[in-house]
Amino acid sequence: MSLFVAENLSKSFGGVHAVDGVSFEVHKGEVFTIVGPNGAGKSTIFNLISRFYDVSTGRMLLDGEDITHIRPDEVIGHGIARTFQNIELFEHSTVLANLLVGRHSRRSANFLKNLFFLPSVRAEERAHRHAVEEVIDFLDLQAYRDKMIAGLPYGVRKVVEIGRALACGPQLLLLDEPASGLSVEETQDVAYWIEDMQKDMGLTILMVEHDMSLVAQVSNRVLALADGKPIAIGTPAEVQSDPRVIEAYLGMEDAA
Amino acid sequence: MRIHQKTSYDDDLNLFKDRYQAFWYLALIVGAVLLPFVIDSYYIGEVVLVLIWAIAGMGLMILAGHTGQASLGHAAFLACGAYMEAWLNNKGVSFLISFPLAGLFAGVVGAVIAIPALRMSGIYLAIATLAMGIVAEDVIVLAEPFTGGVSGTFVGAINLPGLEIDRYANPSAFYWLCLFVTILVAFAYANLLRSSTGRAFVAIRDSEVSAKAMGISIARFKTLAFFLSCFVTGLAGALMGHFLGAFNYEAFLITVSIQMLLMIVVGGMGSIHGAFFGAMVVGFLPQIITLIRQQVSTNAVAGLDTGIFAAILVAIIILEPRGLYGQWMKTRIWFELFPLARRDMFRRHKSYLKTERLK
Ligand SMILES: Nc1ncnc2c1ncn2[C@@H]1O[C@H](COP(=O)(O)OP(=O)(O)OP(=O)(O)O)[C@@H](O)[C@H]1O
Ligand SMILES: [Mg+2]
Repeated sequence: MSLFVAENLSKSFGGVHAVDGVSFEVHKGEVFTIVGPNGAGKSTIFNLISRFYDVSTGRMLLDGEDITHIRPDEVIGHGIARTFQNIELFEHSTVLANLLVGRHSRRSANFLKNLFFLPSVRAEERAHRHAVEEVIDFLDLQAYRDKMIAGLPYGVRKVVEIGRALACGPQLLLLDEPASGLSVEETQDVAYWIEDMQKDMGLTILMVEHDMSLVAQVSNRVLALADGKPIAIGTPAEVQSDPRVIEAYLGMEDAA
Repeated sequence: MRIHQKTSYDDDLNLFKDRYQAFWYLALIVGAVLLPFVIDSYYIGEVVLVLIWAIAGMGLMILAGHTGQASLGHAAFLACGAYMEAWLNNKGVSFLISFPLAGLFAGVVGAVIAIPALRMSGIYLAIATLAMGIVAEDVIVLAEPFTGGVSGTFVGAINLPGLEIDRYANPSAFYWLCLFVTILVAFAYANLLRSSTGRAFVAIRDSEVSAKAMGISIARFKTLAFFLSCFVTGLAGALMGHFLGAFNYEAFLITVSIQMLLMIVVGGMGSIHGAFFGAMVVGFLPQIITLIRQQVSTNAVAGLDTGIFAAILVAIIILEPRGLYGQWMKTRIWFELFPLARRDMFRRHKSYLKTERLK
């Protein structure tokens, strides 16, 4: 069963066709990865799903419901959370506060109740904290709980990004290059977490990643893009050995 | 050295970290309440002014310090509160009704201003609000039926049920009223910060893109921040009106807006304490400088006191970018950790460069 469907998605910026007629389906419970050389349009697809960009053509469905034109702040309400390739954390807050922002869509108290911190607000805050602590335990962030983001090493920030998205309690998680810039050990942690999120938490994951060994380890299916166009789809092994994919990457290297 | 051990989530939800902290704040409040019995009524007036600036500072802090939206025209909202309060007071409306209405009026004007401001940020927003502040001066003069035009307006004593408070006749009562409002505003502000609304504000300040992805409606929360900020500033304006007794547009010039912004920067951006420290600097420091200068020489040199004041402010901003509150925190932590504090403890780590951001 498909949880997310992209139908003939296109996005152009002026003359640049960043995404050009891409269709794919993400099945419930699978890890679906998009690969492709730099500038292939992978992040643009994420930004279309997050509704930061309007599609030029095509549409997107979640559980059969059309989400092509919803507002960006409604996306999370449909159970879609994301991370950012160029870390977008709340710099001057603690790790805990960052994760708690992830609970925003789950809040029920309005600002008037908040102004007086009514008992119902306290109860709600406790529940949010409980949910966030589970994420902290899962990602081993205990040591950083009360640390400011501004002082954290890069690797930890990457994990906090994942944590904040998890705190939203999503059904579909979009990970934009979760392992970029991480060491081998850190990348292996990410691989285990992705497996756990899929198997234990029942999440569906749509990922963009360059590290082919990570892709091969965790992905059920892979879509390869080049110049905004889909060139191959299948298991990691199939896509990696596809001549068009090899050519796309080699073409990149020639150009570089 | 004191070690604080958290044992429940409530430890992070409570206003005070532990009983010691709660005790000190309680002591501070008790001390403030008893102040009129200790000091002269002239000085009480000065303290009242500091309280009013602290309220105004908290108003601006919500917007500039916590939501990241600079405003260089906040005196306009002080004016909204002051004139509305004066107008209603002169019509004989009870303070219990006129005071919230004065805040509400400023808040609604602020929320309306927020609509065009939603499309702006950073320097553009600063310039737009600056322009608004300048236009507001003219609007006050033009709205003569309400504001008394150039010559301004009078505001009578505060009429509470069974009680009239005049700033000169009963300075202590006026002081207690201002103190009560200050504590109430600080309490509500602290509550906001420990709940989802405050977190949404800070999220917008630090990354609008992420805030959106987390489901925060930027338009709604920015408008709310403007509303709350201007509401509180309007309350300060209403009290300011009673403090001045008679005032015209000159009480709300653009320089007042700039002084407000200066106040919260010097006090420490992004903290409630900062508004209080800033108000104390702006309220007390010039007096202290004058007092000291008078000891040294009796003939005043034009601009010398102001010059010293300005130099001190510049020094604070250069030496401590996080304001007086930042310095306060460092001192406290130093004592709490004694003798384990290290010199480099507060050095900012340089960890990575922010690459291109998605905008
Ligand atoms: N806001 C924008 N305005 C103009 N062009 C854009 C914009 N966003 C992306 N592009 C262009 O769209 C193309 C695809 O960019 P995208 O960020 O999706 O690549 P990517 O596949 O994520 O690459 P990388 O692996 O480097 O992250 C690039 O040519 C890029 O310059
Ligand atoms: Mg990308």
